[in-house]
Amino acid sequence: MSMSGAALQASAPAQERVPGGRSSLTRSRVRSAWIFVAPTLVVLALIAGWPLARTIWFSFTDASLNSLDDYQFIGFENYLANYDGEWLGLLTDPDWWHSVWNTVWFTGVSVSIETVLGTIVALILNASFPGRGLMRAVILIPWAIPTVVSARMWNWMLHDQFGVINDMLLRLGLIAAPITWTASPDTALWTVVMVDVWKTTPFMALLILAALQMLPGDIYEAAKVDGVHPVKVFFRVTLPLIRPALVVAVIFRALDALRVFDLIYVLTANSRDTMSMSVFARQQLVDFQEVGLGSAASTLIFLIIALLIVIAMAAGRVRPSGEAR
Amino acid sequence: MKILARIGFWLLVAGIGLFSIFPFYYAVISSFRSGNDLFSVAYLPERLDLSNYVAVFERQPFGTNILNSIVVAASVVALSLALGITAAYAFGRIRFRGRSLLLMTILAVSMFPQVAVLSGMFELIRGFGLYNTLPGLILANLMLTLPFTVWVLTTFMRELPKEIEEAAFVDGATPWIVVRRVFLPLMMPAAVTTGLLAFIVSWNEFLFALTFTLTNERRTVPPAIALMSGSTAYELPWGTIMAASVIVTLPIIALVLVFQRKIVAGLTAGAVKG
Repeated sequence: MSMSGAALQASAPAQERVPGGRSSLTRSRVRSAWIFVAPTLVVLALIAGWPLARTIWFSFTDASLNSLDDYQFIGFENYLANYDGEWLGLLTDPDWWHSVWNTVWFTGVSVSIETVLGTIVALILNASFPGRGLMRAVILIPWAIPTVVSARMWNWMLHDQFGVINDMLLRLGLIAAPITWTASPDTALWTVVMVDVWKTTPFMALLILAALQMLPGDIYEAAKVDGVHPVKVFFRVTLPLIRPALVVAVIFRALDALRVFDLIYVLTANSRDTMSMSVFARQQLVDFQEVGLGSAASTLIFLIIALLIVIAMAAGRVRPSGEAR
Repeated sequence: MKILARIGFWLLVAGIGLFSIFPFYYAVISSFRSGNDLFSVAYLPERLDLSNYVAVFERQPFGTNILNSIVVAASVVALSLALGITAAYAFGRIRFRGRSLLLMTILAVSMFPQVAVLSGMFELIRGFGLYNTLPGLILANLMLTLPFTVWVLTTFMRELPKEIEEAAFVDGATPWIVVRRVFLPLMMPAAVTTGLLAFIVSWNEFLFALTFTLTNERRTVPPAIALMSGSTAYELPWGTIMAASVIVTLPIIALVLVFQRKIVAGLTAGAVKG
């Protein structure tokens, strides 16, 4: 209705200060703007805002999965409760804290490795050599393979008896006996990190490459003429220039790593040694049917990630921008 | 010295290439081996035994799983683009109060951990009677694709020159006509990029698909592959799993190789310039 009115108003310039009827046009455009964003806002409120609110609400109840409508408000008891002097609840659960530690460790180690390797790959792809386009396509393959599928591929490669990784290492004489990569507590989390590095380094490399390609070429000409060593050029010139892009890439990767689920769930199932926060929350919710407790874990994950976003944005003073996972 | 550096460079390139491709290569080789062959390691293809590929469709409704994935991903892409382009027009071309706040909110949604909405989404989907149905998954996946679709399309929309719609407005066109006649054709490249990304996200989505479906016939590909099991828990049908993996990965790899430039543009839109 108001959209068809726009044409009428536009052709009737009147008492407005700006000549040509621009401000009535502006007003009708503002009105149409709200109509244009309304569907998206409604959908997002329904499928993101509402479920989030309900999850937070459930975290204060004793709901269970098979009786979602029949629950009681129990306050903070899912988080922390005191029964006869004994503290109970999520915040006292060692398994929860273990999963928090796993997630933080996984995020720190994998994102660090991916940043360094991603930078190296980006520098290589930024050099001109025959087959560069092919190389750029090839490194996208790990990124494009569905996480579940790559986890299964690595499961098979890492198989303790028939796996190709053990076979290679045995042939090379690097290990004396086959390793149970995903089951042994010493190697399980490192294995998860390795697969994640394999899968997400390309993403890092592409973001960094895009930053590298926007750098002005003349700086490098000058450095070359002056005979500055390439390593020095990298640390003194390139790195400071791509720093903003690097910070953004690291933040996005870290946020992604903090909510890791697929990879760990498929690679090592519900093993305590590798359980991430998301795997913990889902286990409570679905496997144990404890919607209250699981929602409490979900709410804490949300708060932790929200807090880290605020800290990261304040510390890096970066304006975040859109990208896909 | 120069030659050594050259050799080192090429070794590095070869190493990265090998590391990237080997797991997929190994999955392809394994998918052509069956029975006791799998209990020995092979680095080179020996023969073309397609029995795993037959088994994957015979032993379970893998064809249905693929169809489910296609239906879900295509619907998610269509809905995300329809909603995204209209919203992006308003966000990208019209100044209005609350615009940046709304954009930031939408960005915040794209950072939601999936598990944070899991129980609420479960209740919602069950409330609509959509548990264990494809529309339920489509609805849930929109949460993952819509925010970045709006965001990336807004970035593209902003970069178009200002004069474009002014001429149309002077001629008396309504905003709706401007979006449909002027921006839709101009946005096609950006829509292809974001559509591809949304397709990949939906195609790969696992947590929602695992939680909101119950029966094997309603599953999409990722949970179907993750839950594939053999006659006993200790005897996984690795050959069949690898065959299924190859089948669902090939179209994605083909898409990525064909649209490589577009995908990279979409991934880096905004993220770097921001």
